[in-house]
Amino acid sequence: MTLIVTRRGLIQTGMIGAGSLLLPGCDKIAQNPAVLDTLGQSEKLHRLTQRALGRNALAREYRESEMSPVFRANGSREVVDPAYRAQLAQGFANWALRIDGLVEQPLAIPLHALRTMPQRAQITRHDCVEGWSAIGRWQGPRLSMLLDIAGLKPAARYLVFHCADRYLGKPYYESIDLVDAFHPQTILAWAMNGKPLEEAHGAPLRLRVERQLGYKHAKFVSRIEAVASLAGLYGGKGGYWEDAEAYAWYAGI
Amino acid sequence: MGDRMSADAIPGDVPSGDLVRRHRLSTRVWHAINALTLLVLLMSGLMIFNAHPRLYWGEYGANPDYAWLRVGSARSGPVEQGYLQVGRQRWDTTGKLGLWKDGDGRVQRRAVPGWATIPSRYSLAVARIWHLAFAWVLALGLLAYLVRSLVNRHLQRDIHITRGEWRPAHLWQDVRDHARLRFPTGQAARRYSVLQKIAYAAVLFVLLPLMILTGLAMSPGTDAWLPVSEVLGGRQSARSVHFLCAGALVGFFVVHMVMVVLAGPLNEVRSIVTGWYRLPKERRP
Repeated sequence: MTLIVTRRGLIQTGMIGAGSLLLPGCDKIAQNPAVLDTLGQSEKLHRLTQRALGRNALAREYRESEMSPVFRANGSREVVDPAYRAQLAQGFANWALRIDGLVEQPLAIPLHALRTMPQRAQITRHDCVEGWSAIGRWQGPRLSMLLDIAGLKPAARYLVFHCADRYLGKPYYESIDLVDAFHPQTILAWAMNGKPLEEAHGAPLRLRVERQLGYKHAKFVSRIEAVASLAGLYGGKGGYWEDAEAYAWYAGI
Repeated sequence: MGDRMSADAIPGDVPSGDLVRRHRLSTRVWHAINALTLLVLLMSGLMIFNAHPRLYWGEYGANPDYAWLRVGSARSGPVEQGYLQVGRQRWDTTGKLGLWKDGDGRVQRRAVPGWATIPSRYSLAVARIWHLAFAWVLALGLLAYLVRSLVNRHLQRDIHITRGEWRPAHLWQDVRDHARLRFPTGQAARRYSVLQKIAYAAVLFVLLPLMILTGLAMSPGTDAWLPVSEVLGGRQSARSVHFLCAGALVGFFVVHMVMVVLAGPLNEVRSIVTGWYRLPKERRP
């Protein structure tokens, strides 16, 4: 028994010793910006493959009996902006979604109009980049309908979702391309699980872009801007987490 | 080309103790690439696990739901412990999982310690870049190797398990030989034993394909056009199976290393690097 323990101890010491010699070198490579940039090119491969094989595929929809009993909220769960808090207190009665940028007709659509337009309701699975999933029911107008009303200019390539919240002090935003913008399941949800969206889940309006990970589903959406390029916006990478920490812009995987 | 079946390369009887061609070029190249790829995937995967160290069965699963496996830290009175919990069973893993000290002596509460993850500091974004890039290497490498091995008949000749080898008596004999560390010698050493074949076939046709399929099942984009998660019983089930298969591959690696050491490490390592293998001398009856 003593022998085994000693041996194991020796092996452990050896491994930790070898590790402490190897690790710093490997870790430098692991975090080298040029290496990460090269490996990060696989994001394009993911996007092109998925677009080639399932450009118009629909995300799976579930029955009510399959929904999560409790839908976890994460990211910003409340918004400190006083203008937002005033709107929240009034039930967003005087709130309007702005659509501008490269559009023929800039719009300001009141929340009550968004609620009375033709709607899409879907029970879908929300997959967080961290690994957890929750299933909920989302309802709202299709984004494509709003874009048809505003009329995209030919130069428009991306839609940027400006949000009312700040996360760790920086404004949250996200962006998607036109393939996802015109996808039938891409909606602006004002209702979740049969009730108006709660603040923790992004009231009054949350983007649902069902074939991508949770961080793309911008909460507290207040303005949608059509742009030709993402380069000039915020950190230039098309989203809060993309700017902050090298998360992929295309989050279909 | 060193890329040929050993039996073809040296015709006739080869006296034991002689060098023979054992591993083809395609096997050796893939083995080297795969060893590195699996290490990167394992270590970056453990970092991804750190972002949410809980596993579930079914379609959904998040903090409010029941996790069949979880790693964390908990305080009872003045004592804080790291733990691994499976079902209702909880083990104290302080220093190893859930609560450990990093190289600078700082207490960390992530599930898997930094020496086992890529990168060593917590970064889900960086781990995903490594993991998702090397996932391509794994998938395309496995595909190329399997196609090549079908064409050069490596699978049919060396991995295919014959009816005779499946006989319980034969299997039992091989188990006994392994337990007594009696490894084949002479001409018999040119062929894999049935336990070896089962292990390699399980890795090639079960574990590695399942890793790739369960990985694809977790991608919300892929899940829309390829309903793998549905077949596997849900996205969180796929994530659990992904984790269990990774554990099985680590188990394979440990046994693989033990066998290499027991069977003669220099000869074995030479054969997987250069292809040349010295047949062990036949035992005197």
